[in-house]
Amino acid sequence: MKRFVIAALVENKYGVLTRVSGLFMRRGFNIDSLTVGETDNPALSRITVTVKGDDYLSGQIVSQLKKLHNVKQVEILDEEQKVERELMLVKVRNTPDNRSEILAAAAIYRAKVIDYNPDSLCVEVTGEPSKVNAFINVMRPLGIIELCRTGVVALERGTALTDVEVVIAD
Amino acid sequence: MKSERMTGFSPSSSRLWPGEVYQRQPERMSGARIVIETLIEQGVTDVFGYPGGQVLNIYDELYRASDRLNHFLTAHEQGASHAADGYSRVTGKVGVVIATSGPGATNLVTGIATAMLDSIPMVAITGNVPTTLIGRDSFQEINITGITLPITKHNYFVTDVRELADTIREAFQIAKSGRPGPVLIDIPKDVQLAECEFEPRGVVPALELPVPELADIDRAAALINAAERPYIYIGGGAAGEGMAADIQELAEKADAYIGCTFMGLSALPTSDPRFLGMQGMHGHYASSMANKEADLIIGVGVRFSDRATGNTAKYAQKARIIQIDVDGSEINKNVRVDVGLVGDIVAIFRQLKERCRQADHPAWRDEIAALRAEEARLSAAGEAADPAVLTPRRLFDALNEIKDRDTIIVTDVGQHQMWAAQYTDFERVRRFASSGGLGTMGYGMGAAIGARIATGDRTVLITGDGSFGMNLNEMATLVRYGIPVVIVIMNNGVLGMVRQWQTLFFGKRYSHTVLGGTDFVRLAEAFGMRGERVATPADFRAAFARAMESGEPYLIDAVIDKDEFVLPMLKPGGSIEDIITSKAEASK
Repeated sequence: MKRFVIAALVENKYGVLTRVSGLFMRRGFNIDSLTVGETDNPALSRITVTVKGDDYLSGQIVSQLKKLHNVKQVEILDEEQKVERELMLVKVRNTPDNRSEILAAAAIYRAKVIDYNPDSLCVEVTGEPSKVNAFINVMRPLGIIELCRTGVVALERGTALTDVEVVIAD
Repeated sequence: MKSERMTGFSPSSSRLWPGEVYQRQPERMSGARIVIETLIEQGVTDVFGYPGGQVLNIYDELYRASDRLNHFLTAHEQGASHAADGYSRVTGKVGVVIATSGPGATNLVTGIATAMLDSIPMVAITGNVPTTLIGRDSFQEINITGITLPITKHNYFVTDVRELADTIREAFQIAKSGRPGPVLIDIPKDVQLAECEFEPRGVVPALELPVPELADIDRAAALINAAERPYIYIGGGAAGEGMAADIQELAEKADAYIGCTFMGLSALPTSDPRFLGMQGMHGHYASSMANKEADLIIGVGVRFSDRATGNTAKYAQKARIIQIDVDGSEINKNVRVDVGLVGDIVAIFRQLKERCRQADHPAWRDEIAALRAEEARLSAAGEAADPAVLTPRRLFDALNEIKDRDTIIVTDVGQHQMWAAQYTDFERVRRFASSGGLGTMGYGMGAAIGARIATGDRTVLITGDGSFGMNLNEMATLVRYGIPVVIVIMNNGVLGMVRQWQTLFFGKRYSHTVLGGTDFVRLAEAFGMRGERVATPADFRAAFARAMESGEPYLIDAVIDKDEFVLPMLKPGGSIEDIITSKAEASK
């Protein structure tokens, strides 16, 4: 099973995310992560989906997504040519015993401590999913209270993709 | 990877469409009137529906526009949705159905799903509660766009009257472009009441289709030229107007035989000497076997559905496969193919024809002739010896004799549907309307109404006592409008198809499949139409001739044996090797 990152430019309209996620449900495609946000063109949003599967699955996802009326462009990002990032906020127990270890790990992972409480520390980590996973493994024995991750956002290197003509509504 | 999206014109663009003529000055009007004016502008002449609280304004405008737009009131919204579907299947036009919010809208769901699974162009218009009441569980409020999300090609919830006309235009464009399908537009009551300027436009053009790479056409042509046993396999995507000739010419040139899916019935005349009939679960023996023996399968407008292929792991192992479809997502979806060609089917066939040599495959012809002989032998062996027994085959023999080339055959779902598919002779396209993908029992009454209204051609509904029971209320519609549909109930007093499976796979435990007890003739009379009950081939022939000549709605209750089987049969999930061709074999 390979992991694919699929990028879709969609109309920035009510209900479009439901249509996209509904398609995944209906066709039985399992989503690993999904992110969505407005692009530089306010008429368009970009959806980044990561899935695991074979070439059949990724091909089906792309061709089914293309059929949705609000989806303007879809592509599978080239494994060799993509840059991807994920952001995680993780809240860890702050005790005299583990504080220095958390701070040391944060420094090595180029993570930032963004909140400090007598009982807890909140750390922000950015990177590829594998780095985020690794940081979770380091924090786990130190006492994770809760965490959240954004899911993957990704772009291809160089000039690619966003050549969609969409009229911006006034 | 470059996008293969269809390109086209935005309906909302202020530029004129190709061929469009600027019409006249804008006029201020209500949303409800805009709905009607836009339908008329898009060439709609007939709509089906049922009024209710949240579409009262639209119905008021229908009343005013009754000289320009016909509306047919059905007994139930489901019937209206199937009528719009049947209307579309026999004409290729976009069928239109209107229903109110809440239950009116949910009653359309089966009809919309039926159209979706068979790629039938439809525009469904529903009213909804005013936008100020949306999301409050108001009376008869339902989120129909949410409900129909997976069963429409696209749907809309209109919140601004200024977007209404273009939304309807875009809905028509989506419904008829590429692979057709249903589109739903939900219009809250306040949007129907609000006013804005309306400027009529021309009929919105369909979006342009993708064009396949020439290199792929060449690869496909090379496969055809190299084939010894070519088999063309056509489906619903190849059943439109103007497609048959090109398919037949390519078959002639490649010396290929042609089979079809259920949805491909009536695409080619049954009399075509290269046509072997439907293949698949209940397909013709020769067609299914030819598919198995072929060394090249050219699938045209087919999705290689499970009912047609059986177990795909064992499907057509000897063959290379070329798939031609208007929908790129169908290529490789169910079966891995060697070449996929996405685009206009007729254009692709013409390109292929230019590149193909005149072939001659005498061995293949002999093989097909042997398969046909075997099919004839099996089929004759299955008939009851007593000529007074009304077998399905005898019923359809009489029907084929009496109907003319334009007669439309509509069916419901079950054994009668498969017999109709196996035995009806077709001579021209769009003469068969039946729910293939969804398999909707109760489809037939509405569809027959729509088909008859669309064409004025003689229309026969073949149904079973089970399916007929689901929407027989539409007899009221037949009588109200004097629509001369001939209803033939193949009445065996049981749910025959389910019973067949119970006989074969469930040890004859007939769980809840016994019906019976309804006097359909008296029921027809109560609705105000004629009916008669027959039980022999001679009586059926006479009754059917009378019904076809009567020019009025007519019901024939034809009694058949409850233990008739639809044969041949491929076991679900099985392969062609497991074909069951006789009752004796089946009960082993």
